[in-house]
Amino acid sequence: MTQEPLLKIRGIQIEGRSDETWTPIIKGVNLTLQRGQVMGLIGESGAGKSTLGLAAMGYTRDGVRISGGTVEFDGIDLLKASANVKRDLLGKRIAYVAQSAAASFNPAHRLIDQHIEGPVQHGLSGRKESAEDGVALYRKLRLPNPEEIGFRYPHQVSGGQLQRAMTAMAMSCRPDLIIFDEPTTALDVTTQIEVLSAIRDIVAQYNTAAIYITHDLAVVAQMADRIKVLLKGEEVETAETRTMLDAPTQQYTKSLWAVRSFERPTKPAVQTGAVPLVSVRNVDAAYGKEKVLHDVSFDMFAGRTMAVVGESGSGKSTTARCITGLLPPSAGQILFDGTALPADYRKRSKDQLRQVQMIYQMADTALNPRMSIGQIIARPVQFYLGLTGKAKRRRVDALLEQIELEPSEYFHRLPSELSGGQKQRIGIARALAAEPRFIICDEVTSALDQLVAEGILRLLARLQDELSLAYMFITHDLATVKAIADEVVVMKDGRVVEQGPKDEMFSPPHHAYTDLLLSSVPQMDPDWLSNLLAERGVDNIGDAAVNKM
Amino acid sequence: MMWFAAFLLGLAALAFAFRFAGQVATGRAPYFRDMTFGVAYGYLLAAAALIWLVWAYVQGRSPDPLVANKFFFLRVAIEGFIFFTIAAWLFRILGRNVGTKQTKRLFRSMPLTAAFGVMIILVYIFVAVFAGVLAPYGQAEIIRGVPANIMPGGNVAMGGNPDFPLGTDQIGRDILSRLIYGAQNTVGIAFATTVIAFLLGGTLGFLAATFGGWLDQVLSRMVDVLMAIPSLIFALLLMTIASVWAPRLGIPQTYFMILIIAVIDSTRVYRLARAVGQNIVVMDYIEAAKLRGEGLGYLMFKEILPNATAPLLAEFGLRFCFVFLTIASLSFLGVGIQPPLADWGTMVRDLGGFVNFAQFAPMTATPPLLAAGAIALLAVAVNFVVDWALHRSSGLKD
Repeated sequence: MTQEPLLKIRGIQIEGRSDETWTPIIKGVNLTLQRGQVMGLIGESGAGKSTLGLAAMGYTRDGVRISGGTVEFDGIDLLKASANVKRDLLGKRIAYVAQSAAASFNPAHRLIDQHIEGPVQHGLSGRKESAEDGVALYRKLRLPNPEEIGFRYPHQVSGGQLQRAMTAMAMSCRPDLIIFDEPTTALDVTTQIEVLSAIRDIVAQYNTAAIYITHDLAVVAQMADRIKVLLKGEEVETAETRTMLDAPTQQYTKSLWAVRSFERPTKPAVQTGAVPLVSVRNVDAAYGKEKVLHDVSFDMFAGRTMAVVGESGSGKSTTARCITGLLPPSAGQILFDGTALPADYRKRSKDQLRQVQMIYQMADTALNPRMSIGQIIARPVQFYLGLTGKAKRRRVDALLEQIELEPSEYFHRLPSELSGGQKQRIGIARALAAEPRFIICDEVTSALDQLVAEGILRLLARLQDELSLAYMFITHDLATVKAIADEVVVMKDGRVVEQGPKDEMFSPPHHAYTDLLLSSVPQMDPDWLSNLLAERGVDNIGDAAVNKM
Repeated sequence: MMWFAAFLLGLAALAFAFRFAGQVATGRAPYFRDMTFGVAYGYLLAAAALIWLVWAYVQGRSPDPLVANKFFFLRVAIEGFIFFTIAAWLFRILGRNVGTKQTKRLFRSMPLTAAFGVMIILVYIFVAVFAGVLAPYGQAEIIRGVPANIMPGGNVAMGGNPDFPLGTDQIGRDILSRLIYGAQNTVGIAFATTVIAFLLGGTLGFLAATFGGWLDQVLSRMVDVLMAIPSLIFALLLMTIASVWAPRLGIPQTYFMILIIAVIDSTRVYRLARAVGQNIVVMDYIEAAKLRGEGLGYLMFKEILPNATAPLLAEFGLRFCFVFLTIASLSFLGVGIQPPLADWGTMVRDLGGFVNFAQFAPMTATPPLLAAGAIALLAVAVNFVVDWALHRSSGLKD
């Protein structure tokens, strides 16, 4: 390695503006990237991963500035370069792939028209040649119908395909460096695989260097040659991927690795003849004329967790809406403790409503931003239990203590003054305040960092043991299922594909779809993706594999 | 025309030279190095405009009355601009040092435009409330022994009278007093109208957003019908009908006007409240409240309203301006606020003829312009404050 590195970041310091003052975001990080090398950046949200990724292009978001250090790309100092020089580099030699392809494509233009913009603007090739090259790239990225897919608009292709089209677009000028900012975070596991393998192949093929930003360790293990761990704007450690996975030296890195080891002990099987707390019986449901649930049945018991697994669009959340009564089923019924609940929530009694509570995926939209934490939790306490004054306050304090937040400190705060994990805890406290027996958890951990998510899972597990709650746990993350579930239901296209106790579900033989889901979950083993591809064949992953079912 | 084109071309060449000189002088500092030609041209254009303004101002102060009259209004505008800037700046300093902790913090982040707006609004409120004390004469008082159409300015040699600094109108009423009372009538009525429009439109809009379905359809179609008719013509038509009814029912015509304008303007408020409400209704916290079994009142006033205040408040400011202008235009057309009540719109209509004298006797033309200026100043002030409030509530940072 005597060759000069492609990208050299030295002691970079970045500050963000908040309330008239500049606070540091990145505190002197170094980064060296050789040609053709892939560097993984991991850390929690707020660690400064994306900011550092953008700084590698000499760019900062609004309200952010680079206050010190150097960024040298192939001998050019990006921080001192003129606007003209930078304009010539960006897009042509340095490209960026954003987290949400759906939000990054212009919805008003066809994919291929957006694809050729870069090469044509930079004068690398004409419209026709670059369009042909686009088709070739689409083929390399294994997009279906490479000749025609470019003529579609962004909303006409699936999320995984769009993410690959975006990678193709970044590749259009054959850059020396691509920055991938969480390109698969918003995708299903089965779709994630095809994007990962496509990115990995094309980066290797053109000897492109890449910075791969993610919070998912298993993903970064597949993609990166080296891994850099960030914590609150500072580097924790950097090492070769295998060294990092096998022998992390820092305490923080070890704690990140350890998250995946949380698993509850298996509970004894349910006694035969026990009355299920909530029973979904042959439920069909439809949005207008579109039928989305077909004959869904399963039982949930007190003190146990039922995980409902499936890709987006499989009917998991719709089932939850049927149970809560937001979407009255067109056939079948919901039994609570042996008696049928009215289909529409408006017809249910206050006590029936109280028994079924919900925790939402996005804590941001689930808490009224104009109400203080105290008001949010106090409302169900007053509404259902009729407590007022001091008694109400005592109950709210007790609830806050139950979710491990200090009452005096948090009572008067607004949701915007809390972190994501804390907000989710408030959501849990609001559900608990009604003193329910059954709680629906809709993807409660998917928007959270792994360490924080683990904290939430442990809290939920503890509350279940203390209060003998029944959980319906909707998720697409099988690691979460492994950690917390007692029983599992696998759904696909509005049907229950398979159900049973967790241990049975995680050991073969599986239903073909369950098997596909399980094998698609990234493992910490850096060879996992290669092995999987060798096993399945490149044409049998992602959408292709799902469609064969 | 030719010389103007030549001037613009010369400026283009100068801009090039300016940028080059800047680059050389600063040793290619990033600012000059990355400056586009358009920006350099803009700088020079602004400089040229500034130089012309200074020249025009000097002309306005020229001892030769013929030259001075030509630039009279420009001179007043420049002096007014400087005066208001300094006043707003002093006002902001005052606000930063006097008052409670919250207001001090508010003033610290306030741009000068917003400070100007707040200051003007406060002055208007003060004048409106204390009109009876501030005005030297009554609003409808025809002063005995004083001729009509006294020149403004109080210069006896020019036909003025120091007792009436803004002169008298066509039937001998003091214009200054009428301007002061105008604040009370025009602004007060506009405020009442806007409040009614918001109560009506806001409530119905939230109802439509929460319920949806047939109620939303019925209300929205009704609003569509009302909005399809040009609002000023519609108001004129209804006011004509009201002018017949009012004496028969013994209700002052002004009440009809308030109601008519409030209903017409509430359609716009309805649309906004419904749109904002619909965005809030889909939030999970509303779903959580519904599943809790909360009633309609709680949903509307505790869950939706607090989250809609920012856009509604901004709309309130804008709507107030529109209502205010509508009243002024109705009064100008003769069906609004009825004489002898003083109103700025009516004053513009009654004194409008004097504008013809603007070229050779600018002072004579000031009374209608003062009334129009009072309207314009408030509209600008309210818009500045609304802009600022919107900026704050949207959480945009610079």
